[in-house]
Amino acid sequence: MRLLIHHRTGYRFSEPQKRLVQLLRVTPLSCYGQNVADWQIDVDCDARLKSGRDGFGNEATMLYVDGPIEAIDVTVRGEVLTENRAGMVAGAIEPLPPQLYLRPSALTRPDEPITDFATTIAATQDSALSTLHALMGALHERIAFDPSSAEIGRGAGQAFAEERGVCQDHAHAMIAAARVLGHPARYVSGHIWRPDAPDEDQPATHAWAEVWLADYGWIAFDPANDHCPDDGYVRVAIGLDYRDAAPLSGARIGGGAERLTVAVRVERLDGPAPQR
Amino acid sequence: MSGGKAFDEIYGSDAAGAREEFAALARWIEETPATELERRQHAAEAAFRQLGITFAVYGEEESAERIIPFDIVPRIFSAGEWARLQEGLEQRVLAINAFLDDIYGERRILADGIIPPELIFGNPQFRTEVSGARPPHGIYAHICGIDMVRTGPDQFFVLEDNARTPSGVSYMLENREAMIRLCPELFDTYEVEPVDSYPDMLRETLRSVAPRGSGHEPVCVLLTPGHFNSAFYEHSFLADNLGIELVEAADLEVDDDFVWMRTIEGRVRVDVIYRRIDDDFIDPLVFRPDSVLGVPGLMAAYLAGNVALANAPGTGVADDKAIYSYMPEIVRYYSGGEPKLPNVETWRCREGQALQYTLDNLESLVVKLVDGSGGYGMLVGPTASKAEIERFREALAAEPHRYIAQPTLALSTVPTLTAKGVAPRHVDFRPFCLTGTNGVTIVPGGLTRVALREGSLVVNSSQGGGTKDSLILAGAKRRQRQSQSQSGQQQDQSIDRSLLQQEGGMSVAIGLGQAQGGQIQKLGDTIQSQSLAGPAHDSSDER
Repeated sequence: MRLLIHHRTGYRFSEPQKRLVQLLRVTPLSCYGQNVADWQIDVDCDARLKSGRDGFGNEATMLYVDGPIEAIDVTVRGEVLTENRAGMVAGAIEPLPPQLYLRPSALTRPDEPITDFATTIAATQDSALSTLHALMGALHERIAFDPSSAEIGRGAGQAFAEERGVCQDHAHAMIAAARVLGHPARYVSGHIWRPDAPDEDQPATHAWAEVWLADYGWIAFDPANDHCPDDGYVRVAIGLDYRDAAPLSGARIGGGAERLTVAVRVERLDGPAPQR
Repeated sequence: MSGGKAFDEIYGSDAAGAREEFAALARWIEETPATELERRQHAAEAAFRQLGITFAVYGEEESAERIIPFDIVPRIFSAGEWARLQEGLEQRVLAINAFLDDIYGERRILADGIIPPELIFGNPQFRTEVSGARPPHGIYAHICGIDMVRTGPDQFFVLEDNARTPSGVSYMLENREAMIRLCPELFDTYEVEPVDSYPDMLRETLRSVAPRGSGHEPVCVLLTPGHFNSAFYEHSFLADNLGIELVEAADLEVDDDFVWMRTIEGRVRVDVIYRRIDDDFIDPLVFRPDSVLGVPGLMAAYLAGNVALANAPGTGVADDKAIYSYMPEIVRYYSGGEPKLPNVETWRCREGQALQYTLDNLESLVVKLVDGSGGYGMLVGPTASKAEIERFREALAAEPHRYIAQPTLALSTVPTLTAKGVAPRHVDFRPFCLTGTNGVTIVPGGLTRVALREGSLVVNSSQGGGTKDSLILAGAKRRQRQSQSQSGQQQDQSIDRSLLQQEGGMSVAIGLGQAQGGQIQKLGDTIQSQSLAGPAHDSSDER
């Protein structure tokens, strides 16, 4: 597919800020089945951008803005050519070995219910791959999509216990469960093309999980949709959990409150919608 | 409780009298009346209290700051003993730096099977945030405080490698000043290597690691968490003595991946930050998002190679207790020779046989949490109650990988002033090793910590330990050099001179002091959700 991505993040401040410093992880890198043809970051004010790589291999861009500033819009847009690889991830920059992704993190620390859940499901399956598919399906069933529960810093255990959450909670629970079973697992932040609502703005970016199996390498699982990512997905950043891969994190100097708006549009530029 | 009779550093193992070189010190101890020793000790402690050399004890009800007790009887090393220690320390800190450069780079030591990879990748001290990035000049642990213990005339062991933000050097300097003032006769008797060159050495080390091409004299600053920190006295003391600015996070800003210090005369670019803030708190964008102590963007400046951080982020993976047991292998691997300073024998409870041995011998072992510090989370078998031992037995069985065990060493003793006169007390030793592009420099001295309770082996200041001055006797060469005797008066003057030189040699650093008015607040992170926007939480009140 040929996907056009338009990702806008806007902040409005209740009083002028003296300075902004932000870390953006919004630029996808090419890998097999994902060819970044064109990509740019636009800021609607006088800003300085500096790009580098973080330890996970993500493109990390620093944004520096001097005040006084009352509002800022960061718009990321680009074109990506994708192929359906049925969730198989390869050809990405991998500075860290799979083993690292066994490490628990603040938002993916498995608690007893998740541990029980993972081991119970594993006992009913005859292979690691089918176990992961079963976990994805069961988490999709268990954690109801509920945007009102979206909250930074909500761990896997909480979403699992409350049985509601958003895509990052599904991803965190999947990661925690996979690690319990001894499989390296990581968080992916990215974009998804929605054939059912191709013209609508999405109010947030998407997230899913990748799990590593010795026989296959990294395999992507999207428990929020019970689906292994295909050519409708664009992978942007990875990490142990949301915090490592968050599209934006920042600090401002100036006080007051802020209002955040996010709009993501993913359009398909070629052909009709495939069967999903 | 330490089994056999401990080795005494002045009197040796047998009761035959003082070791030859230290006979004069023994005579001083014996001939100075206890009341006079007490008077001098009180005078020293009064001076420390006035200076404000205090520390806060964690977990104490009234978190009143108190001074670490000072003992007037010094510890002493011969020139030969020191020379051997120095060689071993140099080898050790070179290996630590080589290890860090390897582990955050090529990871040859893992490929060669020297260390189990899970010990690195599963270790929270291995910082993914700096993996693949090399600090300016490839130096990571610029300041190491290597904790050592001794059990005999030539038996020195490394107990712990402090490669993050080791503290205590101000005690080394202040203790010496007090001793020169209060016991000048000792410095007439012995030619003692001076320690007051430490600030100069540290400044040279810091300047040497400034990123290349800044086009000006390197600007170094000391970043402190602030005056609530238990080591704040040391931060301000060192900044003063180095002639560099003492700054808090609000005094620094990052722009265009460079670090700037805000001053009343405009901003000044910073090349080297001697930071006394833990990794977790130095940059809220990368490490703990709730940190108010850090500088947003600092890690970007570091990763871009535009600022040196001393010590570099991620050095904790080298002084972790789980890694400690592999230090002999690490030293051998990078130095190509045998370790000159051995480790204390260590059983890794993650290994089945070692765990069994530990469980079978809990009564005689010291068991430590791999990620504990300051004497917390530790079992000292010989003095522990039955209930404590059982508690550790259960904990070990449940999570063996979190523990190591070591024999209870008969730590050496040094005569110490007690309520009942001078008596032997157990000690350890922390020398401070500096590594820059100018090589390894080790000031001839260090911090001696003493367990003031009779028989106690726990020297941590948080557990009732005290400190002593540590005298290193000058070698023959040095004695020739400074033929005139060192009186207390002259020593004081030389300290003053070195301070003047520092001020003359300083580059920029303009008065700044108070934090700027602006408050920093965190921008709400973007919530990821599949259809509706989650509320963007402004976590400003967490900061």
